[in-house]
Amino acid sequence: MKVLAKTSVRGALLLTGLVLMFWSLTARSILTIEITQSLDVGMPIAIVPFGWEGTSKPPQDVSAVIEADLARSGHFRIQPKKDYLSAPHVQKDVIFKDWRRLLKTEALVIGKMRQIGPDKYRVEFRLYDVFKETQLAGYEFDVPASGLRMVAHQFSDIIFEKLTGEPGVFNTRIAYITKEGIPRRGVMFRLQVADSDGYNPITILSSAEPLMSPSWSPDGKRLAYVSFEKKRTMLFVQNVTDSTRTLIAEFKGNNSAPAWSPDGTRLALTLSKDGNAEIYVMRLADRSLTRITDNPAIDTEPAWSPDGQHIIFTSARSGGPQIFRVSAQGGTPQRLTFEGDYNARASYSADGRMLTLITRSAGIFHTAVMDLKTSALQVLTDTSLDESPSFAPNGRIILYATIVQGRGVLASVSSDGRVRQLLKLQEGDVREPAWSPFNR
Amino acid sequence: MKNKTLLALLVVLGLGLAGCASQNEKPAAVTEGAGQGAETSGAGEQPGATGTALDGDKTSSADLLGKRRVYFAFDSSAVDDESRGIIEAHATYLAAHPQTKVVLEGHTDERGTREYNLALGERRGQAVERMMRTLGVTGDRVKVTSYGEEKPVATGHDESSWRLNRRVEILY
Repeated sequence: MKVLAKTSVRGALLLTGLVLMFWSLTARSILTIEITQSLDVGMPIAIVPFGWEGTSKPPQDVSAVIEADLARSGHFRIQPKKDYLSAPHVQKDVIFKDWRRLLKTEALVIGKMRQIGPDKYRVEFRLYDVFKETQLAGYEFDVPASGLRMVAHQFSDIIFEKLTGEPGVFNTRIAYITKEGIPRRGVMFRLQVADSDGYNPITILSSAEPLMSPSWSPDGKRLAYVSFEKKRTMLFVQNVTDSTRTLIAEFKGNNSAPAWSPDGTRLALTLSKDGNAEIYVMRLADRSLTRITDNPAIDTEPAWSPDGQHIIFTSARSGGPQIFRVSAQGGTPQRLTFEGDYNARASYSADGRMLTLITRSAGIFHTAVMDLKTSALQVLTDTSLDESPSFAPNGRIILYATIVQGRGVLASVSSDGRVRQLLKLQEGDVREPAWSPFNR
Repeated sequence: MKNKTLLALLVVLGLGLAGCASQNEKPAAVTEGAGQGAETSGAGEQPGATGTALDGDKTSSADLLGKRRVYFAFDSSAVDDESRGIIEAHATYLAAHPQTKVVLEGHTDERGTREYNLALGERRGQAVERMMRTLGVTGDRVKVTSYGEEKPVATGHDESSWRLNRRVEILY
């Protein structure tokens, strides 16, 4: 069975150079994941350590990457390796009834890796339905060592989708801001991009002044963000791979809160050039501005509905901050949140049915979700001082920033609240996570 | 042995860092004021000294001028009576020194969302600006900027730090 689609890892090579360049800066700045809550009820799956044919040690344990991905998702229970009766790498060595009867496993992942050139590896993955004794997926990839984690994440996504019916988000990236004290130089802020599991961090911008509000373009190729590098807010759009950037807004007052329209042609943003924070839409082709809000209170934190028809935003027009929705052409905003006296920084799930936002409850700032049909608000977190929540592109996970033991960390919670994780730096604070769109 | 050396090094680095961080927040702010060309008018502050606005309980206008920070309640840009006295003293000084430029730098505590706080910091700066303008500080020499919650002066995660961070810095 050779449906083995050859998937190229375009971009992986390009990224390698950058990773090396910034390695000295980022060696201490790798996010590590700690699972803080998981339910042991997922689908049982066995992942056999992959076979290896090569002269030296394999440059990457790809089956371990897949295992970590699936374990982290909360949808699977990984069967302990000590219970495996065999270690097949090819289908002819798989004895399905052993896996079925003795391990009660439902799915089986096997594979092998072979060195086929100086920096070239052929990786073969297969996923089986143990009960039906059929192959659910089989792929082969030829990649350099630097692409091995990426193909492992790609296969994790395939496994996730075959077994849950929904796309996985392992082969996506996250952008975030770090703040680290540097001896004799004060504080360093960095805008970084890493794989969804925190590996391969790349610093795309460093500054002694704060950086804020990273926002991915829908094609995943650019980031809009706010920089204080000239001691005031300026809004840039930067190409993630080659680091070229364009200054987008430096009006008098604040230039903040960029959010890409789903079609990638416009940015919603907050400007206070006329004295008060208002939402605008900028057409990127000619930088023309359309003013969306007009109210003496704070209006900020715009986010687009997935169909591009509406913009939601935070407004203090009714007292404390609340979420409002307005047509992307402007008009009269409609208030969406009524529960609690502080609701802010909302954004949509990809299906447009839910919002995630920050809500204050008994003085604590929590990440919550709101069902747009019922307006019911559900607090998802037990952390306080939560900020900057956003949905993963498949809508199953919410990533946000919070403070744990005095340190800025990223945290994730499944949208049903069951699985929780923390992503921490060894040193310094990390904040303002933004999940990339699907890798296409 | 190696561990001890490492530990000592970490302690030294840690202290260096802590010292650096606290020294760095303030001179950064002072430098910005200096950038506007009026550092020496700062009511006798020692460059690099920490605790700028905290000395003395006397209420002469010189002491009020020594206070460069005014504070706010959570999610509020309302100026309280104590702040009013400080702003009035600076406005009086600035009205008499029409060449002096002033930057009003608004800040918030870490609670709530960052972009909202950036706007809130600006509103605090604008509240101080409005007061100064009614007191005769005219023209375009008043500039309002906001750092939101990005530059706290106190790094704790409770009210004792938060109340110090909800502030406008009067820089000239």
